[in-house]
Amino acid sequence: MAQQTVLYAKHLEAGAKVVDFHGWDMPLHYGSQIEEHHAVRQDAGMFDVSHMTIVDLKGSRTREFLRFLLANDVAKLTVPGKALYSGMLNEAGGVIDDLIVYFLTEDFFRLVVNSATREKDLAWINAQAKAFDVSVTERPEFAMIAVQGPNAKAKVATILSAEQQAAVAGMKPFFGVQAGDLFIATTGYTGEDGYEISVPEAQAADFWQQLLDAGVKPAGLGARDTLRLEAGMNLYGQDMDETVSPLAANMGWTIAWEPSDRNFIGRAALEQQKAAGTAKLVGLVMEQKGVLRHGQRVVVEGGEGEITSGTFSPTLGYSIAMARVPASTGDTAEVDIRGKLVPVKVVKPSFVRMGKKVV
Amino acid sequence: MSNIPTELKYASSHEWLRSEGNGVYTVGITEHAQDLLGDMVFVELPEVGDSVAQGDDVAVAESVKAASDIYAPIAGEIVEVNEALTDSPELVNSAPYTDGWMFKIKASDESEVAGLLDAAGYKNAIDEE
Repeated sequence: MAQQTVLYAKHLEAGAKVVDFHGWDMPLHYGSQIEEHHAVRQDAGMFDVSHMTIVDLKGSRTREFLRFLLANDVAKLTVPGKALYSGMLNEAGGVIDDLIVYFLTEDFFRLVVNSATREKDLAWINAQAKAFDVSVTERPEFAMIAVQGPNAKAKVATILSAEQQAAVAGMKPFFGVQAGDLFIATTGYTGEDGYEISVPEAQAADFWQQLLDAGVKPAGLGARDTLRLEAGMNLYGQDMDETVSPLAANMGWTIAWEPSDRNFIGRAALEQQKAAGTAKLVGLVMEQKGVLRHGQRVVVEGGEGEITSGTFSPTLGYSIAMARVPASTGDTAEVDIRGKLVPVKVVKPSFVRMGKKVV
Repeated sequence: MSNIPTELKYASSHEWLRSEGNGVYTVGITEHAQDLLGDMVFVELPEVGDSVAQGDDVAVAESVKAASDIYAPIAGEIVEVNEALTDSPELVNSAPYTDGWMFKIKASDESEVAGLLDAAGYKNAIDEE
Protein backbone atom coordinates (compact mmCIF):
# COMPACT_ATOMS: atom_id res chain seq x y z
CA MET A 1 0.00 0.00 0.00
CA ALA A 2 1.55 3.24 -1.15
CA GLN A 3 1.83 6.23 1.18
CA GLN A 4 -0.11 9.38 0.44
CA THR A 5 0.83 12.93 1.24
CA VAL A 6 -1.54 15.14 3.19
CA LEU A 7 -2.40 16.83 -0.14
CA TYR A 8 -3.64 13.62 -1.80
CA ALA A 9 -7.32 14.66 -1.67
CA LYS A 10 -6.42 18.02 -3.26
CA HIS A 11 -4.71 16.19 -6.12
CA LEU A 12 -7.78 14.05 -6.78
CA GLU A 13 -9.96 17.16 -6.61
CA ALA A 14 -7.77 18.71 -9.33
CA GLY A 15 -8.11 15.63 -11.56
CA ALA A 16 -4.66 14.18 -11.00
CA LYS A 17 -3.49 11.03 -12.73
CA VAL A 18 -1.81 9.33 -9.78
CA VAL A 19 1.20 7.03 -10.08
CA ASP A 20 3.34 5.13 -7.63
CA PHE A 21 6.59 7.01 -7.10
CA HIS A 22 8.99 5.05 -4.88
CA GLY A 23 6.16 4.00 -2.58
CA TRP A 24 4.20 7.25 -2.71
CA ASP A 25 0.95 7.90 -4.58
CA MET A 26 1.91 11.09 -6.43
CA PRO A 27 0.32 13.14 -9.23
CA LEU A 28 1.95 12.47 -12.62
CA HIS A 29 -0.08 15.26 -14.20
CA TYR A 30 -3.48 16.94 -13.90
CA GLY A 31 -4.41 16.60 -17.58
CA SER A 32 -1.43 17.80 -19.59
CA GLN A 33 2.13 17.76 -18.29
CA ILE A 34 3.24 19.98 -21.16
CA GLU A 35 0.76 22.70 -20.18
CA GLU A 36 1.95 22.38 -16.58
CA HIS A 37 5.55 22.73 -17.78
CA HIS A 38 4.70 25.94 -19.66
CA ALA A 39 2.82 27.30 -16.65
CA VAL A 40 5.99 27.04 -14.59
CA ARG A 41 8.21 28.58 -17.29
CA GLN A 42 5.78 31.40 -18.07
CA ASP A 43 3.75 32.06 -14.93
CA ALA A 44 3.58 29.99 -11.73
CA GLY A 45 3.11 26.35 -10.93
CA MET A 46 3.21 24.28 -7.74
CA PHE A 47 4.40 20.81 -6.89
CA ASP A 48 3.59 18.69 -3.88
CA VAL A 49 7.02 17.61 -2.66
CA SER A 50 5.82 16.50 0.77
CA HIS A 51 7.34 13.08 0.15
CA MET A 52 10.79 14.64 0.48
CA THR A 53 12.53 14.15 3.79
CA ILE A 54 13.42 16.98 6.17
CA VAL A 55 16.09 16.11 8.72
CA ASP A 56 17.09 18.49 11.50
CA LEU A 57 20.58 18.23 12.96
CA LYS A 58 21.27 19.74 16.36
CA GLY A 59 24.31 19.93 18.60
CA SER A 60 27.31 22.15 19.15
CA ARG A 61 29.44 20.07 16.76
CA THR A 62 26.92 20.04 13.88
CA ARG A 63 29.06 22.14 11.54
CA GLU A 64 32.10 19.97 12.21
CA PHE A 65 29.95 16.87 11.54
CA LEU A 66 28.65 18.20 8.23
CA ARG A 67 32.15 19.15 7.10
CA PHE A 68 32.96 15.43 7.48
CA LEU A 69 29.67 14.07 6.10
CA LEU A 70 29.38 16.13 2.91
CA ALA A 71 31.63 16.61 -0.12
CA ASN A 72 30.74 20.29 -0.29
CA ASP A 73 31.95 22.40 2.63
CA VAL A 74 29.45 23.97 5.04
CA ALA A 75 32.23 26.34 6.08
CA LYS A 76 30.91 28.33 3.10
CA LEU A 77 27.70 28.92 5.07
CA THR A 78 28.43 32.00 7.13
CA VAL A 79 25.08 33.80 7.06
CA PRO A 80 22.12 32.21 8.93
CA GLY A 81 19.55 30.85 6.46
CA LYS A 82 22.08 30.24 3.70
CA ALA A 83 21.77 26.90 1.88
CA LEU A 84 24.23 24.67 0.04
CA TYR A 85 23.80 21.81 -2.46
CA SER A 86 26.01 18.81 -1.83
CA GLY A 87 26.56 15.16 -2.50
CA MET A 88 26.71 12.79 0.46
CA LEU A 89 29.28 10.17 -0.54
CA ASN A 90 30.29 6.74 0.65
CA GLU A 91 33.93 5.77 1.28
CA ALA A 92 34.24 4.64 -2.35
CA GLY A 93 33.25 8.11 -3.55
CA GLY A 94 29.82 6.98 -4.79
CA VAL A 95 26.82 9.25 -4.29
CA ILE A 96 24.53 8.04 -1.48
CA ASP A 97 22.28 11.04 -2.12
CA ASP A 98 22.28 14.66 -3.19
CA LEU A 99 20.77 17.11 -0.75
CA ILE A 100 20.36 20.70 0.37
CA VAL A 101 21.72 21.79 3.73
CA TYR A 102 20.53 24.98 5.48
CA PHE A 103 22.57 26.78 8.14
CA LEU A 104 20.02 28.07 10.66
CA THR A 105 22.02 28.61 13.87
CA GLU A 106 25.45 27.36 14.88
CA ASP A 107 23.92 24.35 16.62
CA PHE A 108 21.05 23.77 14.16
CA PHE A 109 21.33 22.81 10.49
CA ARG A 110 18.54 21.37 8.34
CA LEU A 111 18.89 18.83 5.53
CA VAL A 112 16.36 18.14 2.79
CA VAL A 113 17.04 14.75 1.19
CA ASN A 114 15.32 12.62 -1.44
CA SER A 115 12.36 10.43 -0.52
CA ALA A 116 13.49 7.38 -2.48
CA THR A 117 16.69 7.26 -0.43
CA ARG A 118 15.12 8.15 2.92
CA GLU A 119 15.90 4.97 4.83
CA LYS A 120 19.50 4.53 3.77
CA ASP A 121 20.14 8.27 4.21
CA LEU A 122 18.81 8.27 7.77
CA ALA A 123 20.77 5.12 8.64
CA TRP A 124 23.97 6.60 7.22
CA ILE A 125 23.52 10.02 8.84
CA ASN A 126 22.65 8.49 12.20
CA ALA A 127 25.66 6.17 12.09
CA GLN A 128 28.05 9.01 11.24
CA ALA A 129 26.49 11.50 13.68
CA LYS A 130 27.18 9.45 16.82
CA ALA A 131 30.86 10.37 16.97
CA PHE A 132 29.93 14.06 16.88
CA ASP A 133 27.12 13.87 19.41
CA VAL A 134 24.71 15.40 16.90
CA SER A 135 20.99 14.63 17.20
CA VAL A 136 19.20 13.57 14.00
CA THR A 137 15.48 14.25 13.86
CA GLU A 138 13.21 13.61 10.90
CA ARG A 139 10.38 16.15 10.48
CA PRO A 140 7.53 14.23 8.80
CA GLU A 141 4.97 16.64 10.30
CA PHE A 142 5.73 19.12 7.52
CA ALA A 143 4.22 19.05 4.06
CA MET A 144 6.29 20.74 1.38
CA ILE A 145 5.07 22.72 -1.62
CA ALA A 146 7.38 24.03 -4.33
CA VAL A 147 5.96 27.15 -6.01
CA GLN A 148 8.00 27.93 -9.11
CA GLY A 149 7.93 30.30 -12.04
CA PRO A 150 8.49 33.95 -12.94
CA ASN A 151 5.32 35.00 -11.09
CA ALA A 152 5.64 32.49 -8.23
CA LYS A 153 6.98 34.86 -5.59
CA ALA A 154 4.42 37.56 -6.36
CA LYS A 155 1.56 35.08 -6.13
CA VAL A 156 2.84 33.60 -2.88
CA ALA A 157 3.17 37.11 -1.47
CA THR A 158 -0.59 37.63 -1.83
CA ILE A 159 -1.29 34.91 0.75
CA LEU A 160 1.48 35.68 3.25
CA SER A 161 1.02 37.77 6.38
CA ALA A 162 2.78 41.14 6.58
CA GLU A 163 5.37 39.59 8.92
CA GLN A 164 6.01 36.71 6.51
CA GLN A 165 6.31 39.08 3.56
CA ALA A 166 8.88 41.07 5.50
CA ALA A 167 10.80 37.90 6.35
CA VAL A 168 11.21 36.90 2.68
CA ALA A 169 11.59 40.40 1.22
CA GLY A 170 14.80 40.60 -0.79
CA MET A 171 15.84 37.06 0.12
CA LYS A 172 18.59 35.95 -2.28
CA PRO A 173 18.64 32.55 -4.04
CA PHE A 174 19.47 29.56 -1.88
CA PHE A 175 18.31 30.92 1.46
CA GLY A 176 15.69 29.67 3.88
CA VAL A 177 13.82 31.45 6.68
CA GLN A 178 11.29 30.43 9.31
CA ALA A 179 8.38 32.83 8.82
CA GLY A 180 5.59 32.12 11.27
CA ASP A 181 4.51 28.52 10.72
CA LEU A 182 6.19 28.36 7.31
CA PHE A 183 9.77 27.58 6.43
CA ILE A 184 10.26 29.42 3.15
CA ALA A 185 13.31 28.76 0.97
CA THR A 186 14.44 30.29 -2.32
CA THR A 187 15.30 26.93 -3.79
CA GLY A 188 13.78 24.73 -6.46
CA TYR A 189 14.21 22.08 -9.11
CA THR A 190 13.03 23.90 -12.22
CA GLY A 191 15.58 26.58 -13.12
CA GLU A 192 12.97 29.26 -12.35
CA ASP A 193 12.52 31.73 -9.55
CA GLY A 194 10.35 30.61 -6.68
CA TYR A 195 10.08 29.05 -3.26
CA GLU A 196 10.04 25.68 -1.60
CA ILE A 197 7.74 26.06 1.38
CA SER A 198 7.46 23.71 4.35
CA VAL A 199 4.05 23.98 5.99
CA PRO A 200 2.62 22.08 8.98
CA GLU A 201 0.54 19.17 7.67
CA ALA A 202 -2.68 20.43 9.28
CA GLN A 203 -2.45 23.68 7.30
CA ALA A 204 -1.20 22.23 4.04
CA ALA A 205 -4.51 21.65 2.22
CA ASP A 206 -5.71 25.19 3.02
CA PHE A 207 -2.39 26.63 1.91
CA TRP A 208 -2.58 24.66 -1.37
CA GLN A 209 -6.11 25.95 -1.93
CA GLN A 210 -5.01 29.54 -1.29
CA LEU A 211 -2.25 29.12 -3.85
CA LEU A 212 -4.79 27.72 -6.32
CA ASP A 213 -7.03 30.71 -5.68
CA ALA A 214 -4.02 32.99 -6.25
CA GLY A 215 -3.66 31.51 -9.74
CA VAL A 216 -0.88 29.00 -9.17
CA LYS A 217 -1.35 25.94 -11.41
CA PRO A 218 -0.80 22.46 -9.95
CA ALA A 219 1.96 20.56 -11.72
CA GLY A 220 2.89 16.91 -11.45
CA LEU A 221 5.96 14.71 -11.55
CA GLY A 222 5.95 14.68 -15.36
CA ALA A 223 6.45 18.43 -15.62
CA ARG A 224 8.86 18.34 -12.70
CA ASP A 225 11.06 15.95 -14.66
CA THR A 226 11.06 17.93 -17.93
CA LEU A 227 11.70 21.18 -16.04
CA ARG A 228 14.64 19.85 -14.05
CA LEU A 229 16.12 18.24 -17.13
CA GLU A 230 15.88 21.49 -19.12
CA ALA A 231 17.59 23.17 -16.15
CA GLY A 232 20.35 20.54 -16.25
CA MET A 233 19.66 19.27 -12.74
CA ASN A 234 20.43 15.68 -11.85
CA LEU A 235 17.84 13.15 -10.75
CA TYR A 236 19.13 10.81 -8.08
CA GLY A 237 18.92 7.14 -9.07
CA GLN A 238 18.90 8.03 -12.73
CA ASP A 239 21.80 10.41 -13.43
CA MET A 240 23.87 9.22 -10.49
CA ASP A 241 23.78 6.75 -7.63
CA GLU A 242 26.12 4.92 -5.24
CA THR A 243 28.06 3.38 -8.11
CA VAL A 244 28.76 6.73 -9.80
CA SER A 245 31.43 9.26 -8.90
CA PRO A 246 30.22 12.86 -8.60
CA LEU A 247 33.02 13.63 -11.05
CA ALA A 248 31.16 11.55 -13.64
CA ALA A 249 27.82 13.17 -12.77
CA ASN A 250 28.52 16.85 -13.44
CA MET A 251 28.86 17.38 -9.68
CA GLY A 252 32.54 18.33 -9.68
CA TRP A 253 31.52 21.88 -8.76
CA THR A 254 29.94 20.59 -5.54
CA ILE A 255 33.18 19.05 -4.27
CA ALA A 256 35.12 21.43 -2.02
CA TRP A 257 38.74 20.29 -2.43
CA GLU A 258 40.03 23.21 -0.39
CA PRO A 259 41.03 23.41 2.39
CA SER A 260 43.10 20.36 1.49
CA ASP A 261 43.32 19.22 5.10
CA ARG A 262 39.52 18.85 5.45
CA ASN A 263 38.78 15.15 5.68
CA PHE A 264 35.35 14.21 4.34
CA ILE A 265 33.83 10.82 3.58
CA GLY A 266 34.90 9.72 0.12
CA ARG A 267 37.74 12.22 -0.23
CA ALA A 268 40.54 9.67 -0.69
CA ALA A 269 38.57 7.78 -3.33
CA LEU A 270 37.66 11.00 -5.14
CA GLU A 271 41.30 12.10 -5.28
CA GLN A 272 42.21 8.80 -6.92
CA GLN A 273 39.30 9.07 -9.37
CA LYS A 274 40.31 12.61 -10.25
CA ALA A 275 43.89 11.55 -10.93
CA ALA A 276 42.83 8.53 -12.99
CA GLY A 277 40.10 10.40 -14.88
CA THR A 278 36.41 9.53 -15.09
CA ALA A 279 33.62 9.56 -17.61
CA LYS A 280 31.64 12.79 -17.83
CA LEU A 281 28.00 13.78 -17.86
CA VAL A 282 27.13 15.93 -20.87
CA GLY A 283 24.03 17.36 -22.46
CA LEU A 284 22.70 16.15 -25.79
CA VAL A 285 20.50 18.08 -28.20
CA MET A 286 18.62 16.50 -31.08
CA GLU A 287 16.82 19.03 -33.26
CA GLN A 288 15.23 16.48 -35.59
CA LYS A 289 12.06 14.51 -34.83
CA GLY A 290 12.20 11.91 -32.12
CA VAL A 291 12.79 11.73 -28.40
CA LEU A 292 15.99 10.79 -26.57
CA ARG A 293 15.25 8.38 -23.72
CA HIS A 294 16.89 6.94 -20.63
CA GLY A 295 19.08 3.91 -21.42
CA GLN A 296 19.73 4.65 -25.10
CA ARG A 297 23.26 3.90 -26.31
CA VAL A 298 25.46 6.87 -27.25
CA VAL A 299 28.22 6.30 -29.78
CA VAL A 300 31.18 8.70 -29.70
CA GLU A 301 34.60 8.68 -31.33
CA GLY A 302 36.54 5.88 -29.70
CA GLY A 303 33.85 4.72 -27.30
CA GLU A 304 30.31 4.48 -26.08
CA GLY A 305 28.15 6.01 -23.41
CA GLU A 306 24.55 5.97 -22.27
CA ILE A 307 21.69 8.41 -21.88
CA THR A 308 20.88 8.76 -18.18
CA SER A 309 17.88 11.09 -18.66
CA GLY A 310 16.17 12.04 -21.89
CA THR A 311 12.98 13.84 -22.78
CA PHE A 312 11.16 16.10 -25.16
CA SER A 313 11.84 19.67 -24.10
CA PRO A 314 8.54 21.58 -24.18
CA THR A 315 10.35 24.92 -24.00
CA LEU A 316 12.74 24.21 -26.88
CA GLY A 317 10.41 22.06 -28.97
CA TYR A 318 12.95 19.27 -29.50
CA SER A 319 14.57 16.53 -27.53
CA ILE A 320 17.34 16.92 -24.95
CA ALA A 321 19.18 14.49 -22.74
CA MET A 322 21.92 13.96 -20.24
CA ALA A 323 24.39 11.24 -21.08
CA ARG A 324 27.42 9.69 -19.44
CA VAL A 325 30.16 9.45 -22.04
CA PRO A 326 33.95 9.00 -22.20
CA ALA A 327 35.97 12.06 -21.17
CA SER A 328 37.36 12.38 -24.71
CA THR A 329 33.89 13.04 -26.20
CA GLY A 330 33.82 16.05 -28.51
CA ASP A 331 31.02 18.22 -29.90
CA THR A 332 29.01 15.49 -31.62
CA ALA A 333 27.75 11.99 -30.96
CA GLU A 334 25.24 9.50 -32.30
CA VAL A 335 22.37 7.97 -30.37
CA ASP A 336 20.94 4.53 -31.08
CA ILE A 337 17.21 5.20 -31.34
CA ARG A 338 15.30 2.03 -31.99
CA GLY A 339 18.16 0.64 -34.07
CA LYS A 340 18.93 3.84 -36.00
CA LEU A 341 22.04 5.93 -35.27
CA VAL A 342 20.92 9.55 -35.08
CA PRO A 343 23.41 12.46 -34.90
CA VAL A 344 23.16 14.76 -31.86
CA LYS A 345 25.03 17.80 -30.57
CA VAL A 346 27.01 17.52 -27.34
CA VAL A 347 26.60 20.52 -25.02
CA LYS A 348 26.97 21.49 -21.39
CA PRO A 349 24.11 19.84 -19.48
CA SER A 350 22.03 23.00 -19.06
CA PHE A 351 19.36 23.89 -21.58
CA VAL A 352 16.89 26.43 -20.16
CA ARG A 353 17.26 28.87 -17.28
CA MET A 354 14.82 31.54 -16.14
CA GLY A 355 12.60 30.83 -19.13
CA LYS A 356 15.44 31.37 -21.61
CA LYS A 357 17.17 28.95 -23.91
CA VAL A 358 20.84 28.56 -22.95
CA VAL A 359 22.01 26.01 -25.55
CA MET B 1 -14.43 5.75 -18.00
CA SER B 2 -12.92 5.97 -21.44
CA ASN B 3 -15.01 7.03 -24.43
CA ILE B 4 -15.45 4.18 -26.95
CA PRO B 5 -17.76 5.22 -29.83
CA THR B 6 -20.04 2.37 -30.87
CA GLU B 7 -19.90 3.16 -34.61
CA LEU B 8 -16.18 2.33 -34.84
CA LYS B 9 -14.22 -0.91 -35.09
CA TYR B 10 -11.15 -1.54 -32.93
CA ALA B 11 -7.89 -3.49 -32.84
CA SER B 12 -6.70 -4.85 -29.49
CA SER B 13 -3.51 -2.80 -30.08
CA HIS B 14 -5.71 0.31 -29.51
CA GLU B 15 -6.31 1.57 -33.04
CA TRP B 16 -9.80 2.51 -34.17
CA LEU B 17 -11.17 2.22 -37.71
CA ARG B 18 -14.01 4.16 -39.33
CA SER B 19 -15.52 3.37 -42.73
CA GLU B 20 -15.54 6.32 -45.13
CA GLY B 21 -17.18 4.31 -47.95
CA ASN B 22 -15.64 2.90 -51.16
CA GLY B 23 -13.41 0.61 -49.09
CA VAL B 24 -11.57 3.54 -47.48
CA TYR B 25 -11.10 3.53 -43.70
CA THR B 26 -9.79 6.22 -41.35
CA VAL B 27 -7.46 5.03 -38.57
CA GLY B 28 -6.46 6.63 -35.28
CA ILE B 29 -5.74 5.59 -31.71
CA THR B 30 -8.34 5.34 -28.96
CA GLU B 31 -8.93 7.71 -26.12
CA HIS B 32 -7.72 4.99 -23.77
CA ALA B 33 -4.45 4.68 -25.73
CA GLN B 34 -3.72 8.42 -25.75
CA ASP B 35 -4.46 8.51 -22.02
CA LEU B 36 -1.89 5.76 -21.40
CA LEU B 37 0.71 7.52 -23.53
CA GLY B 38 0.25 11.04 -22.18
CA ASP B 39 0.99 14.27 -24.08
CA MET B 40 1.93 13.50 -27.68
CA VAL B 41 5.05 15.28 -28.95
CA PHE B 42 5.67 13.73 -32.39
CA VAL B 43 3.69 11.51 -34.71
CA GLU B 44 5.61 9.76 -37.48
CA LEU B 45 3.15 8.93 -40.25
CA PRO B 46 3.41 6.50 -43.17
CA GLU B 47 3.85 7.69 -46.78
CA VAL B 48 0.83 8.02 -49.03
CA GLY B 49 1.03 5.13 -51.49
CA ASP B 50 2.58 2.67 -49.01
CA SER B 51 1.18 -0.84 -49.25
CA VAL B 52 0.78 -2.35 -45.81
CA ALA B 53 -0.19 -5.75 -44.43
CA GLN B 54 -2.53 -6.20 -41.48
CA GLY B 55 -0.49 -5.81 -38.28
CA ASP B 56 2.43 -3.93 -39.88
CA ASP B 57 3.86 -1.12 -37.79
CA VAL B 58 3.09 1.87 -39.98
CA ALA B 59 3.33 4.88 -37.68
CA VAL B 60 4.96 5.91 -34.40
CA ALA B 61 3.25 7.93 -31.72
CA GLU B 62 5.92 9.50 -29.57
CA SER B 63 4.67 10.93 -26.28
CA VAL B 64 6.35 12.44 -23.25
CA LYS B 65 6.34 8.92 -21.85
CA ALA B 66 7.27 6.53 -24.66
CA ALA B 67 7.49 5.82 -28.36
CA SER B 68 4.65 3.55 -29.38
CA ASP B 69 4.16 1.71 -32.66
CA ILE B 70 0.84 2.12 -34.45
CA TYR B 71 -0.22 -0.95 -36.42
CA ALA B 72 -2.30 -1.23 -39.57
CA PRO B 73 -5.60 -2.78 -38.43
CA ILE B 74 -6.21 -4.05 -41.98
CA ALA B 75 -4.17 -4.55 -45.15
CA GLY B 76 -4.30 -2.02 -47.95
CA GLU B 77 -2.79 1.13 -49.40
CA ILE B 78 -2.25 4.35 -47.47
CA VAL B 79 -4.27 6.97 -49.37
CA GLU B 80 -4.04 9.98 -47.03
CA VAL B 81 -2.23 11.00 -43.82
CA ASN B 82 -3.18 13.67 -41.29
CA GLU B 83 -0.62 16.39 -42.02
CA ALA B 84 -2.02 18.52 -39.19
CA LEU B 85 -0.34 16.19 -36.70
CA THR B 86 3.09 17.39 -37.84
CA ASP B 87 2.54 20.77 -36.20
CA SER B 88 -0.15 19.75 -33.71
CA PRO B 89 0.51 16.26 -32.37
CA GLU B 90 -1.61 17.20 -29.34
CA LEU B 91 -4.72 16.70 -31.52
CA VAL B 92 -4.26 12.99 -30.78
CA ASN B 93 -4.83 13.82 -27.10
CA SER B 94 -7.56 16.40 -27.45
CA ALA B 95 -9.60 14.76 -30.23
CA PRO B 96 -8.47 11.16 -30.68
CA TYR B 97 -11.57 10.14 -32.71
CA THR B 98 -11.86 13.25 -34.88
CA ASP B 99 -9.10 15.80 -35.62
CA GLY B 100 -6.48 13.44 -34.19
CA TRP B 101 -6.92 10.75 -36.87
CA MET B 102 -3.67 9.41 -38.31
CA PHE B 103 -4.10 7.92 -41.77
CA LYS B 104 -6.63 6.60 -44.29
CA ILE B 105 -6.25 3.19 -45.80
CA LYS B 106 -7.88 1.67 -48.90
CA ALA B 107 -8.65 -1.90 -47.87
CA SER B 108 -7.30 -4.70 -50.04
CA ASP B 109 -9.59 -7.20 -48.33
CA GLU B 110 -12.61 -5.69 -46.62
CA SER B 111 -13.46 -9.00 -44.94
CA GLU B 112 -10.64 -8.22 -42.46
CA VAL B 113 -12.82 -5.47 -40.99
CA ALA B 114 -15.35 -8.01 -39.75
CA GLY B 115 -12.60 -9.69 -37.74
CA LEU B 116 -11.91 -6.53 -35.69
CA LEU B 117 -13.47 -5.77 -32.30
CA ASP B 118 -16.66 -3.83 -31.84
CA ALA B 119 -16.95 -1.27 -29.04
CA ALA B 120 -18.09 -3.85 -26.48
CA GLY B 121 -15.29 -6.21 -27.46
CA TYR B 122 -12.69 -3.45 -27.16
CA LYS B 123 -14.07 -2.41 -23.78
CA ASN B 124 -13.67 -5.98 -22.56
CA ALA B 125 -10.14 -6.08 -23.93
CA ILE B 126 -9.03 -2.97 -22.03
CA ASP B 127 -10.88 -3.97 -18.87
CA GLU B 128 -8.76 -7.11 -18.79
CA GLU B 129 -5.46 -5.17 -19.02
